[in-house]
Amino acid sequence: MSDLKMKILDLLKEDARRDAELIATMLDVQVDVVKREIAEMENDHLIVKYAAVVNWSKVHDETVTALIEVQITPERGRGFEGIAERIYLYPEVKSVYLMSGAYDLLVEVEGKTLKEVASFVSNKLSPIDLVLSTKTFFILKKYKQDGIIFDESVGDQRLMISP
Amino acid sequence: MINEQQTAPVNRRTSFADYLAPQARSLKPSGIRRFFDLVSGRKDVITLGVGEPDFVTPWHVRDACVASLENGKTQYTSNAGMPELREAIGSYLNDRFKVTYNPADEILVTVGGSEAIDLALRSLIAPGDEILIPEPCYISYSPITTLSGGVAVGIETFAEDAFKLRAEQLKAAITPRAKVLILCYPSNPTGGVMSYDDWLPIAKLVEEHDLIVISDEIYAELSYGQKHVSFAAMPGMRDRTILVSGFSKAFAMTGWRMGYACGHPEIISAMLRIHQYTVMCAPIMGQVAALEALTNGMEEMERMIESYNQRRRLVVKGFREIGLECHEPQGAFYAFPSVKSTGLSSEEFAERLLTEGNVAAVPGNVFGLGGEGHLRCSYATSVAQLNEAIERIGKFVERVRNEG
Repeated sequence: MSDLKMKILDLLKEDARRDAELIATMLDVQVDVVKREIAEMENDHLIVKYAAVVNWSKVHDETVTALIEVQITPERGRGFEGIAERIYLYPEVKSVYLMSGAYDLLVEVEGKTLKEVASFVSNKLSPIDLVLSTKTFFILKKYKQDGIIFDESVGDQRLMISP
Repeated sequence: MINEQQTAPVNRRTSFADYLAPQARSLKPSGIRRFFDLVSGRKDVITLGVGEPDFVTPWHVRDACVASLENGKTQYTSNAGMPELREAIGSYLNDRFKVTYNPADEILVTVGGSEAIDLALRSLIAPGDEILIPEPCYISYSPITTLSGGVAVGIETFAEDAFKLRAEQLKAAITPRAKVLILCYPSNPTGGVMSYDDWLPIAKLVEEHDLIVISDEIYAELSYGQKHVSFAAMPGMRDRTILVSGFSKAFAMTGWRMGYACGHPEIISAMLRIHQYTVMCAPIMGQVAALEALTNGMEEMERMIESYNQRRRLVVKGFREIGLECHEPQGAFYAFPSVKSTGLSSEEFAERLLTEGNVAAVPGNVFGLGGEGHLRCSYATSVAQLNEAIERIGKFVERVRNEG
């Protein structure tokens, strides 16, 4: 990964709507170079998507999110890939991570109600053949996600003018 | 028998101002203060008037301070500052700027760089001594000089020179009474810097005229493009220089008030004596935090500097695009564009920009000679705010131009 690409990613991570021209000015490089680097990263799927970070609890506060620790039996030749795919294809599943430690997959599931999430676990996740066990933890509050702090109470606390 | 004692009649003072010493009475509020009053209370103002980082002190630094409080570190430290901190400052200065000081008697930890400047001036000035101050500059040098009985002699620097101090100008200001030269590069408010080659003729004059230098290098780390050259690192200048710096700008620690001074043991020990009688020692909480910043904070510091640099490019381009001449500031976090083309004075421009354009910036004239016709704009604020501010200034400038 080039230094320039890394800097572009840092700027986009802070605000995905920054355009190539602004980024070029900030990094003191040609606009065309920035455009080319971004296109390259998009093609290589380094940049996967430009999505808004939404504080869903403000949109509808009933949403329920759970983190589920899943223990599975890996398949010969494919390891965890096949079963991970079977799980992540469900639209209810927001993220899936392969973990080191006491369990194998960490699955984030979102539903409208507690019941909906519980039924996903018991009717869809647990019955999968290679799933040995699940442990479900419901998220009560999100403080920070992907480096972004959700609490907006603390703004700029500096004096308006100082020497 | 009543013994009537003869006493002189009491000369009653008619107001409390009469109690004030002449030097306190003559101390004027800074131009910045007046502007602060204008700004406060207004809503929806974007401010480019803030002279401090927009970052909060990195968490590991704050955490180290909290932990030390929990462990009961609430005592005085030695007058000069905790030995570990002085050691750390010594090796930091050596690593970054190639200047070497003995932590035992050449480094003094102070309450901000401000105290270090005050101590240095108080230690050096005898009544009537002339103190040479390149301007535009930070607002406190000249008042502190006056307070200590010295005579402040401003030396004008110019936008065409990127506000560098030139030997001709320095030479013209030197009289037989000249004793101290105060330097502040990278400069608040101009963003000007001095390179090795820029320093050479200055160092020669300092030597020739037997001057001593107070070099305020608080913005040293915030140098873009070229590495900062400490005046103390110039050949022969180490013992003639009191190097003043601190943690406020580079480590985003303004409110901690942590600074230091380094120099010849004779001078540092005089400063230490004043320091021990006036403040005892810098607060231990701040010293613990400063030590953590030096020990584990360099990476975070580099990140902050990179971020200032990105925003610097943005504002300089922005000002030029809306037709304000702007020399390229190579240090600190200020741009100092010229507003002369609008026909307004600094003050008129800043006041009208505030009331008509809802942007606050500090008029250049408050920083002394050479500041008139300029505006100090801090770019230590978010990219979104900077973009919005430049758009508002652009509209305002256009309106002013159409009036004429």
